[in-house]
Amino acid sequence: MSAEPRVLRTDAETALIAAYEGARDTLPGNAEVQGLRAEAFARFRASGLPHRRVEEWKYTDLRALLREVPPLAARLSEKDAAAALALAPDRLGGLERYRLILVDGHFMPGLSDLGPLLLEGVEVEGAGLLFASQSAGKVVMTLPDIARTDAAVSLNTALAGDGVAIVVRPGVQLSRPLEILHVSTGVEASAFTRDALIVGAGAALRVVEVHVGRDGVIGHANSLAYVDVGADARLDWSKLQAAGDRASHLGSLVATVGAGARFNHLTVTAGASLSRSQSFVTIAGEGAEINLNGATMIGGDQHADVTLVLNHAKPGSRSRVLFKNVADGSADGVFQGKIIVAQEAQKTDGKMMAKQLLLSDDAAFVSKPELEIYADDVQCGHGSTSGRIDEAMLFYFLSRGIPRPDAERLLLQAFLADAVEAIGDEEVGAALEGVIEDWLSRRAPAEKAQ
Amino acid sequence: MLEIKNLHVEIDGKKILRGLDLSIGSGEVHAIMGPNGSGKSTLAYVLAGKDDYEVTGGDILFEGESILEMEPAERAAKGVFLAFQYPVEIPGVAGMTFLKAALNAQRKARGEAELTTPDFIRRVRQAADLLQMDQEMLRRPVNTGFSGGEKKRNEILQMALLEPKLCILDETDSGLDIDALRIVSEGVNALRSPARSTLVITHYQRLLNYIVPDKVHVMSAGRIVRTGGKELALELEARGYADYAADAA
Repeated sequence: MSAEPRVLRTDAETALIAAYEGARDTLPGNAEVQGLRAEAFARFRASGLPHRRVEEWKYTDLRALLREVPPLAARLSEKDAAAALALAPDRLGGLERYRLILVDGHFMPGLSDLGPLLLEGVEVEGAGLLFASQSAGKVVMTLPDIARTDAAVSLNTALAGDGVAIVVRPGVQLSRPLEILHVSTGVEASAFTRDALIVGAGAALRVVEVHVGRDGVIGHANSLAYVDVGADARLDWSKLQAAGDRASHLGSLVATVGAGARFNHLTVTAGASLSRSQSFVTIAGEGAEINLNGATMIGGDQHADVTLVLNHAKPGSRSRVLFKNVADGSADGVFQGKIIVAQEAQKTDGKMMAKQLLLSDDAAFVSKPELEIYADDVQCGHGSTSGRIDEAMLFYFLSRGIPRPDAERLLLQAFLADAVEAIGDEEVGAALEGVIEDWLSRRAPAEKAQ
Repeated sequence: MLEIKNLHVEIDGKKILRGLDLSIGSGEVHAIMGPNGSGKSTLAYVLAGKDDYEVTGGDILFEGESILEMEPAERAAKGVFLAFQYPVEIPGVAGMTFLKAALNAQRKARGEAELTTPDFIRRVRQAADLLQMDQEMLRRPVNTGFSGGEKKRNEILQMALLEPKLCILDETDSGLDIDALRIVSEGVNALRSPARSTLVITHYQRLLNYIVPDKVHVMSAGRIVRTGGKELALELEARGYADYAADAA
C-alpha cells in the first residue's frame, strides 16, 4: 500500500484540508464519531477530490470544476440569522408548512417551528446532540456501503458540524409538509451539514428540503440527509436546489426503506454554478415502493449532476425512476442512475426513464442509466432520450397564434411538471411547479431554431 | 381575401408547387381536390407558415398584404387558421390552457384586452356545444388519447373559438365516420359568413355534400389545372383523377 499522498493539491483541496485541521477539535461528536470523521478525512486526504478517472465522478470532475472552497461559516446570532432569513426568497410561496431553519449550515431552533411539531409527535434537535449520542451518532455517521466511501459523503462525514435530527414517532401523520430550509447568507463561506430523519413504523409525512442563497456570492455547501423510513411508513421528500448562481452544492441523500414502506423522492435542480445531488437508497425490507423523480433546469455555464444508486436488497419491491431535464445556454447536465438488484431480491419490479431536452446548440446532457441485476426473476427496464423541443408540437402552437417563446414555455412547463406531478402531492407540487414557471419566465426568449 | 400568385415552393430541393394561382373572395368557400402528391397539404402548410418549406417564387397576399415574411403566429393573429390533417398530441398541456393562451395571444397581437375568465369559459362552452364536445375533454391534455374524430372536432372547435378570417381545412374528412363528418361539417357551416373565407382541401367529394363550395379546383403536379363549380366535384368522383395524373407525368 502506497502511503505517500499526492503532493500537488488544488486550491480547493488545500482549503478543505485547512478547514478540517482547523475545526477537528471543535467538531461535535463522541469519540467513536470523531474516529469515523478521521477515517473519512483520511480517505479524502489520500485520494483528493474525485476526477474523471473515478468512475462515479467521471462526468463531474470535481478536481477541475470545484475551484474555491471558502472557510467554514460561523454561526450567526439568532437576531442576525432572522434578518438573513427575512432577506432570503421564499421559493415555496404560499405553501402552508412547518419550517426548520439552518443558516450558513447552523441550525436555528429559535427560528424553527419546534413546538407545533412536538405536539404532532415529531421531535427535533440539533444534529450536534445526535453526533454526541452513544448509539445514534455512530449510525448516522457510518452509513451503508453504497454511500460511505463516496468522495462528497466522506467530506461530509469529516466536516459536518450541524444539522437537524428529526424523529417521527410511529403512526404519526404529520398534517403539514415540513420544510428544512438551508439558507446561505451573503458571506463567502462553506457549510457542511448532516440532517437525519427517522420515520417510525406506519408514520407518514412530507418533507421539502430547500437550499437557497444569494447570487454573486461564492459559497460552498455539502449537505447530507440520512433518512430511515420505518416499516409501512410513508415519506414524500422533495428537494429544491436553488442555490446562488456562484455557489457550489454537493448534496447527498442516504435512505434506508423498510418493509411495506413507500418512499417518494423528488429532486428539483435550478441553482448553483456547480452542483451534484446524489441519492443512495437501500430497500431493506420486502414489498417497499420507491419513486425517485427529478427535474433539472440549467442554463448559462451551469454544471448540474444528479446521480442515483438504488439498491433493491430485499424481494418484492417496486421502483419507478423518472427524470426530466432541460439544458440551455452552454450548460452541462449529468444524469446517472444505477439500479442494483441483489440476488435475494426476487420479484423486483424496476423502471427508470430519463428524458432530456437541449435548448441550445452549446448545451449538453450526459445520461447514463445502469442496471446491475443478480436475481433471475425480476422485471427491470430503463430508457433515456435526448433531443430538441418537438417541432411539430411547436408549429401547432405557432399556428394558433401563440408566439414561439410562449409556446416553448408552455411545452417545457408540461415536460418538467411531469416529473413533479409524479410525487403525487398537489400542494407541494404546485409550489415546485411555481419554481419551474419562474425559471422558464426568466429564461431568455429563444432564438429562432434553424 | 386571399390571393396566391404564381407560387413556387420547394422542400429539400424538390419542387412541390410550380406556379400556383388561386384567388378566394370574402365569404367564399373553395375546395381543392387532387391526387396524392399533387401538393395540396404543402399549400396548406405554406399558407400557415411552416418553415420546412422554401418559397422560391410568387407571393401570397392576405387582405392585400404579403404574408410570406410573417411568422406563423403573426399570420394566425391576422386571421389565418389551419385545421390540421393530423392534429398534434400535446401531452401535459391542458386543452383549456392551450385555448386560453391562443385566444389571448391573438387578442394581444391585435391590441385587444385579454378575456376575463368567465367570458372565456362562456365562449368555450358555446364552441363545445356547436361541435357536440364534452367540456371534460378540454380539461385533458390537447388531443392526447383522442380518437381521430375527436381530434378533428377539436380542430373545428379551435376554429370556432378563434374566429379566423381564412379557414383552411386540410383533409378534415379523413378518418371521420359519417356522424362525425356531419357534426364537423355543421360546425364549419355555422361559421360561414360574408367576412370569412374557407379553403377545403379534400380527396373525396363526400365532404362537399355537407360543405357546399362556391368553386372547386383541381390540383395536379403543383398547379391548379381546372376550376369549376360544385358539379366539378361530382365529375371527379365519377371519373377519378386519371386525366389529371397523366398531366403530371
